Amino acid sequence: MANKRNGSQTVKFDNPPRIISTGSIVGPKEGQGPLRLYFDEIIDDEMWGEKSWEKAESKIMRETFARILKKAARSPKDINYIIAGDLLNQCIAANYGIRESDVPFFGIFGACSTMAESMNIGAMLIDGGFADYVVCITSSHFCSAEKQFRFPLELGTQRTPTAQWTVTGSGGVLLSSDGTGPFITHATTGKIVDMGVKDANNMGAAMAPAAVDTLIAHFRDTGFLPEDYDLIVTGDLGYVGKNICQELMMKHGYDLSERYNDCGVMIYDLKKQDAHAGGSGCGCSATVLAGYIYEEINKGNLNNVLFVATGALFSPTSVQQGESIPAIAHAIRIQRIL
Amino acid sequence: MQKGLTKQEYQQYVEKMSPKSKILRNVFRAFLVGGLICVVGQFFINILKLRGIDQERASTITTLIMVFLGALFTGLNVYDELGRFAGAGSIIPITGFANSIVSPAMEHKTEGYVMGVGGKMFVVAGPVLVYGISASVIAGILYYLIHK
Repeated sequence: MANKRNGSQTVKFDNPPRIISTGSIVGPKEGQGPLRLYFDEIIDDEMWGEKSWEKAESKIMRETFARILKKAARSPKDINYIIAGDLLNQCIAANYGIRESDVPFFGIFGACSTMAESMNIGAMLIDGGFADYVVCITSSHFCSAEKQFRFPLELGTQRTPTAQWTVTGSGGVLLSSDGTGPFITHATTGKIVDMGVKDANNMGAAMAPAAVDTLIAHFRDTGFLPEDYDLIVTGDLGYVGKNICQELMMKHGYDLSERYNDCGVMIYDLKKQDAHAGGSGCGCSATVLAGYIYEEINKGNLNNVLFVATGALFSPTSVQQGESIPAIAHAIRIQRIL
Repeated sequence: MQKGLTKQEYQQYVEKMSPKSKILRNVFRAFLVGGLICVVGQFFINILKLRGIDQERASTITTLIMVFLGALFTGLNVYDELGRFAGAGSIIPITGFANSIVSPAMEHKTEGYVMGVGGKMFVVAGPVLVYGISASVIAGILYYLIHK
């Protein structure tokens, strides 16, 4: 019955959903990074006029949502569903950010993989005939994430070299059943993979096996090869996880080589900016997709992109209880023209 | 799931792939900054003694001054920068203790003065206080027993 399934983890869309608009707003540090020209707005203060970091994060998402609609000349009434998530407990950044939108809402949690997770679901809703317009949006905020997952900001500690820097920002896309593209042709849904890494300061290493698992599943299910892509981009493995991912893929016989990159590596200048192993957070892959990747596809510089957002599915409680860090990766194949 | 890699092998592999902290550099910086903080403390002790205050009271007053300075520079967003450079050099002295109490208090002010500032103030320093005080009680009992 399920005739759109293509292998054990992938679906192929009959009427590939189009990405008709994107929006991205980032914080000051991201605004100094190499991709600064691709973002819609750079805020110059991480509070952005709000009374708390949590409120600021919600505002960033709310404003990003508004920009996505504005660019597509749509109103919230046109949108059938919003699928959104973030890193905060109970996903409050999304819940409060989307509160006034008056649009049917799915709140999801996939840690930093949330952007690809929401697009997996959003594309299925559209191709399934359940929606014409779906907004997929995520956010993260360095300060609110540090507060929840690590230490107070003003505490004088040193970060380990493998630690990653949570991106302040929100990115989102508007998916539509109609339009000129770019198109989402396939979605590969990841499985939870846990290779026993316990160090919450080395999430790239915890997540790399999940990325490898999903990449292999994608190539196996679809028959595509790395050579079929101009860009294969993981979400936020950082440079430690990126190297691991690339090496493990090579061991499995897939040479990702030059076409492979990672949003966590791309968003900061790792030599000049104090970001240690690179960026992370839901906002990392979301803003790079909504900013850089979408623009480069529309310019014609990229034709086939495999977007693989990766997430570490842990909480401070599970780490304190000595649990290892499970991870997940979801993939979306984006094609400029059919 | 990884072909040919068990969890254990993967963790060894991760260990190999992950950059290490620059221990020698960190130790040197910790020594430098930690030492400088102690010099500042000594400066206050000497000044106080010059003004005719005895050693014991001068030490107590100096501790209070150093705690105040630690809290002040935390509030001025300076101490975290110092900590990033110095590591243990600014954590171990009593100024670091002040920093560990003031920083969560600042961070959680948004949740109100009772559950935020009051409730979260000791999230970092709490374990130090519990085990520090427990250890000093045990040491005190041993001292009493030996010198009885």
